[in-house]
Amino acid sequence: MSATGIGAAVRRKEDFRFITGKGQYTDDVVRPGETRAVFVRSPHAHAKIKSIDISAAKSLPGVVAVLTGAELASDKIGNLICGWMIHSKDGTPMKMAPHPALASGKVNCVGDAVAVVIGETLAQARDAAEKVKVDYEVLPSVIDPAKAKSGPQIHEIAPKNTIYEWHLGDAKATDAAFAAAKHVTKLDIINNRLVPNAVEPRAALAEYDAGTDGLTLWNTSQNPHVARLVIAAFVGMAPEHKLRVIAPDVGGGFGSKIFIYPEEVVCLWAARKVQRPVKWTADRSESFLTDAHGRDHVTHAELALDANGKILALRAKTIANLGAYMSTFSSSVPTYLYATLLSGQYDIPHIYCEVDAVYTNTAPVDAYRGAGRPEATFVVERLVEVAARQLDMDPADLRKRNFIKSFPHQTPVIMAYDAGDYNASLKKALELADVKGFNKRRREAARHGKLRGLGYSTYIEACGLAPSQAAGSLGAGVGLWESAEVRVNPTGSVEVLTGCHAHGQGHETTFAQLVSERLGIPFENVSIVHGDTDKVQFGMGTYGSRSGAVGMTAIVKALDKIEAKAKKVAAFMLEAAEGDIEFKDGKFTVAGTDKSAAFGDVALNAYIAHKFTGAELEPGLKETSFYDPTNFTFPAGCHICEVEVDSDTGKTDIVNWTAVDDFGTVINPMIVEGQVHGGIAQGIGQALLERAVYDKDGQLLTCSMMDYTMPRAHDLPSFQIGLTETKSPSNPLGIKGCGEAGAIASPAAVINAITDAIGTEELAMPATANAVWSALKRAQPRRAA
Amino acid sequence: MPAVSMTVNGKAVTGDVEARTLLVQFLRENLRLTGTHVGCDTSQCGACVVHIDGIATKACTTLALQCEGTKVTTIEGLAEPNGPLHPMQEAFREHHGLQCGFCTPGMIMAALDIVRRRGNDLDEHTIREQLDGNICRCTGYHNIVKAIAAGAKAMAKGGARQAAE
Repeated sequence: MSATGIGAAVRRKEDFRFITGKGQYTDDVVRPGETRAVFVRSPHAHAKIKSIDISAAKSLPGVVAVLTGAELASDKIGNLICGWMIHSKDGTPMKMAPHPALASGKVNCVGDAVAVVIGETLAQARDAAEKVKVDYEVLPSVIDPAKAKSGPQIHEIAPKNTIYEWHLGDAKATDAAFAAAKHVTKLDIINNRLVPNAVEPRAALAEYDAGTDGLTLWNTSQNPHVARLVIAAFVGMAPEHKLRVIAPDVGGGFGSKIFIYPEEVVCLWAARKVQRPVKWTADRSESFLTDAHGRDHVTHAELALDANGKILALRAKTIANLGAYMSTFSSSVPTYLYATLLSGQYDIPHIYCEVDAVYTNTAPVDAYRGAGRPEATFVVERLVEVAARQLDMDPADLRKRNFIKSFPHQTPVIMAYDAGDYNASLKKALELADVKGFNKRRREAARHGKLRGLGYSTYIEACGLAPSQAAGSLGAGVGLWESAEVRVNPTGSVEVLTGCHAHGQGHETTFAQLVSERLGIPFENVSIVHGDTDKVQFGMGTYGSRSGAVGMTAIVKALDKIEAKAKKVAAFMLEAAEGDIEFKDGKFTVAGTDKSAAFGDVALNAYIAHKFTGAELEPGLKETSFYDPTNFTFPAGCHICEVEVDSDTGKTDIVNWTAVDDFGTVINPMIVEGQVHGGIAQGIGQALLERAVYDKDGQLLTCSMMDYTMPRAHDLPSFQIGLTETKSPSNPLGIKGCGEAGAIASPAAVINAITDAIGTEELAMPATANAVWSALKRAQPRRAA
Repeated sequence: MPAVSMTVNGKAVTGDVEARTLLVQFLRENLRLTGTHVGCDTSQCGACVVHIDGIATKACTTLALQCEGTKVTTIEGLAEPNGPLHPMQEAFREHHGLQCGFCTPGMIMAALDIVRRRGNDLDEHTIREQLDGNICRCTGYHNIVKAIAAGAKAMAKGGARQAAE
């Protein structure tokens, strides 16, 4: 392993601009003649728009335009869409309600945009927005997803506010297994609604070039080509080839910046109307109201076991709140990204899952780090831990008894796990966490009046999204392959144009490590280009832990083609047969001789083209690959959380966190560990601190960082991270991916630990001090303090 | 519109601002110093931390006019152009204390203030407590804590000039 090759903890190239304040995020971009957009938003969760009076607003100084949903509709701007078709059990398609970028006729959640003010300055636009008078007729609203089906109907297309009633698995076989089971563990689980809150708020800057009839959009997007496609083909803003989307530096995404939102559509439309650039940047309160929220499942789950703790079956019934409109990928999250992981790491013969997705008068809900897999892992790992307690078995032993031990393993829920060693990660985690010493630490803590608990989460997930045909058969409207173009320059440096996007993942470094090692050229000579649809061929972006497994494999395929072409050039240069050329460590050699040519010389010759004719070989050294994965990848591992609860206050301290993950091949362990840290932090946030709370009238009470508890440094421990490795068999690098695993594993580990400490399962997330204290008071402790 | 004059990163600057213009807006829009970021609207996130007369301050909660006659240092002022990086900046890179980079300028400026108030030998608990006003969503803080401890130690060795004045 070289100092900058695969496996090395290379320090990041991209850091220089971030640590010196020279990053270029969307709000940093300034275009000549730029105007600022401020949205007028509904203060009601559900209301008819009777009229909008913009006259006072329009008369204020600096106001360039005030635009409403009526004009958007008459300009024939199309609606936003959900791109993943899900069918109900009865075969009917999901009920996708119209989602115009500015509300027309009716508003369906607090924050729903009804008008936009374009002003010379932000202050002027804000002042004018306050003067827009909207006359609403307030309608009754439905907020609680468990009550959505009996609440007032929000969308004409969806009776009982039901989007779909979906299922997966064999109901009859599962019910039969339950009927015969010696032991059944039952849990009612709420997976709490979260707000992603990337620290950079969403932003869009649109510019129209009247000379070319071209539109340019700078946008905080995780997938600029997808944004371009949706805005061109579905929203109908412009033909695709007349729309350029640039996602510059983006300050975190976590899924929330995948989706196509109303604001960028409105900015584009407005920019063409006013013939000046239009810039919008969300306030944090706007982010709370309008960024797609995450999770929000209500689940009843059951686990059937025999008398010896062998799992026989699992069944779950989930209500998934998708909010007021179906966001871009929303339908897939509680279905194919959730139910397909309900086997966990276990050999479970029968599984059945029903999911009802509903509309409510709340913000749209869509993928947020883990997207369905944290929800699945929480169900499985809580069931298994509680079952162990009920059967008086050690939770590690119960898991080991049920682990899948031979691969490939076909689960009853579509996924076929290709490779893994769940015992290895559990064993390593047990050692690192010093589980043997836990009982002693618990007794010691008890002497000081504290309750210690230990919780496991042996998770698995499916990522490396995704094999396109498989995804399409499950309802995806797009393919999920990835692209890479490798451009070797005449002077031997290399640019890699990747269809992935980096918003913290360090691709400028990790992708360069791969290329530099493969071509034997200095790491400094490799540039990674992403984020601009004018520069980079179509790509699907970054989410679903796919940039390593899919994005880097596309680069490998392109590098294979580069090597093949370069060998041809080298053959001409070295006057040898192409079949005799070998390539190693940056040098082309003629087998069995000492004739050689360095990569840089071969590159130059490819472009100078003096050593061969056009009839013999095309000049140039640039190759493209569109790589479609053959399977999902299956990262898995074991997290062990040790907590200490103060029974007087209910406060939980995490005294130790151990994570042992199997990500297959690791390109840069420093970056991988960083991804795990960040994921665990978000999972701990879900488990202990975070919840998006709406009141009964649909007002978002947690609408600022004062009210919504973001994890801060003092809320979190340092983490002990270990790795095991079983390479993914489905890509040449053996990468499984690591971006979401921490967030997937961690909530279950936290709640398993706290419930172990306090001796009751009656505890919902977030397990705030108040929640834990209340649970303690309500319950009979299993052990005296 | 009132005028305001201050020194920013060692240079005297003047601008016309409204009474309600925030310092962060003055820096970003008038002076085109976009390294200081806005991440929230309730002064929680710390992406906007700068130094005013050597003291860490949230630029989102300070009016530009309040800074009349002061010396402001932003992230852009920590290192000379084409010069070496400040040891705290280096420490963030060395210890992978950033991912998306958006909270990073505020983190670094806050870190320098922790050193100013608590010295160069910072333990984990102190750093975590002192970062109450800075939110990161990417890193989980693990490497930020390591970076700040290392940066603080490196500053004691007198590597590069301090941030203030």
